[in-house]
Amino acid sequence: MSEIKLMKGNEALAEAAIRVGADAYFGYPITPQSEVIEYLMSEKPEERTGMVVLQAESEVAAINMVYGAASTGKKVMTSSSSPGISLKLEGISYLAGAELPAVIVNVVRGGPGLGTIQPSQADYNQAVKGGGHGDYKLYVLAPASVQEMADFVEDAFDIAFKYRAPVMILSDGLIGQMMEKVSFKDQMERLSDKEIIKRYDDWAVTGKTERKRNIITSLDLQPEKMEARVGRLMDKYKRMEKEDLRFEKIECDDAEYLFVAYGSSARIAQKAVKLAREKGLKVGLLRPITLFPYPKQQLFELADQVKGILSVELNTGQMVEDVRLAVEHKVPVEHFGRTGGIIHTPEEVLEALEQKIINEHGRTRHHKTRESSIL
Amino acid sequence: MTEEIIIAGFGGQGVLSMGKILAYSGIMQDEEVSWMPSYGPEMRGGTANVTVILSDERISSPYLKVYDTAIILNQQSMDKFEESVKPGGVLIYEPNGIHHHPTRTDIDIYQIEANRIATEMGNKKIFNMVVLGAYLKIKPIVKLENVIEGLKKSLPERYHHLIPLNEEAIAKGTQSIVSYKVEKQVLS
Repeated sequence: MSEIKLMKGNEALAEAAIRVGADAYFGYPITPQSEVIEYLMSEKPEERTGMVVLQAESEVAAINMVYGAASTGKKVMTSSSSPGISLKLEGISYLAGAELPAVIVNVVRGGPGLGTIQPSQADYNQAVKGGGHGDYKLYVLAPASVQEMADFVEDAFDIAFKYRAPVMILSDGLIGQMMEKVSFKDQMERLSDKEIIKRYDDWAVTGKTERKRNIITSLDLQPEKMEARVGRLMDKYKRMEKEDLRFEKIECDDAEYLFVAYGSSARIAQKAVKLAREKGLKVGLLRPITLFPYPKQQLFELADQVKGILSVELNTGQMVEDVRLAVEHKVPVEHFGRTGGIIHTPEEVLEALEQKIINEHGRTRHHKTRESSIL
Repeated sequence: MTEEIIIAGFGGQGVLSMGKILAYSGIMQDEEVSWMPSYGPEMRGGTANVTVILSDERISSPYLKVYDTAIILNQQSMDKFEESVKPGGVLIYEPNGIHHHPTRTDIDIYQIEANRIATEMGNKKIFNMVVLGAYLKIKPIVKLENVIEGLKKSLPERYHHLIPLNEEAIAKGTQSIVSYKVEKQVLS
């Protein structure tokens, strides 16, 4: 480990991209993630490691450059914020279909449309439920600190190459813009072309030699072949669920009530846990670190222990649907979150738990009606 | 120990960099730190604020509703953040340009005339370091030597010759902070 630095989340992510030996970054600036490309440009990674950093003419161009570079077995990354990710979705679907490894970073801002440049978690559904067209999923990592913005770059590339699949780091304006302590691993060497051929010769387009031709495409007009391809993708996602699920339990052992929150909301909810315990309320926090795969089984089991669950998200209620699916109506599940770029305070989060779960359901312990689950 | 601080004022007053130096000073003595700015168009000409937390524990929320200390450098920030100081907490403000002085009696209030001091020292840019010095008099949470180390870390090398001036500004701030009694305001 090297010296401790004070950095913004976006800068830490950019530095980590250089350190893990990424071959290329293609991007286009947008608030609140522009520090990623600003930092990469100012660090001159072409001098440090030979890494290519290019500002493309648009987000669409950037994601297609990612497709091209990933086809050759290179470690390649792009980043943007919400409206820019919408533009990249076609390319992301193609990456998934063509089974290419790549890392895509979304530093989420409020939407829909151009929305706001302030923090939001309103792209949960887009990240987790596909977003682009077709039967595919992204492995989604949700950092909750500047250190994780750095650490998850390496983790994301590991997963991307393990499964030959695009991986998303789903951050937000709060984690991207805040500064915290961060330390980095030592510089990893970029793979040589020889090493890439050795490792990925069975699929990557590295220049044909004696081997059979490798073709990168997401197109299969023969139904049986296409169904086999989709099946192969589903097998990967099942394996991700089995082998690469990540979550963190905070004060869950004796919890009677539970927050579920990821990313910036998890940090805020963690403080709400502390405030609750100061008041004598036994509250815990389940933080999904991966949003796909999702800690379904852990939630299912916690539902036997707690009296109610509040899903805390900077949106109008997206992840709460997955919490409800996991819990299977064993206990009441409600949502709380602010939008428009307003960030909920720990006090507000605790108040929401008291109002929506403890007071509302504490009296009757009955499941709520169908109507009340509609926003 | 956990100290939760909001620093708020105009863009250009050095609010964000003061927070950064404080955070760096915390790192120099092995504290956990977080620095959460307001960002976006409001930074240009409008108000700027930053939440800084120093703690010997892992920091949970970097975004807060109430603070141990509010450092307030313009009227808009006074209107917004006076109520956000925890009971028993500290409010430090620069009285220049403040029309409505604080009125709370359940917190400790101090004034620092950082504008005047910085002008007298011949460099208005060290305004924020005068304020930092004032703050450290009331809350000596970081040692001066660590602040100097923090300055070295956060200032580009080409500005390092200004560190003695910054040190002087911190000392002036430490000497010049005065307690403010709300009663006086009511009587006058």
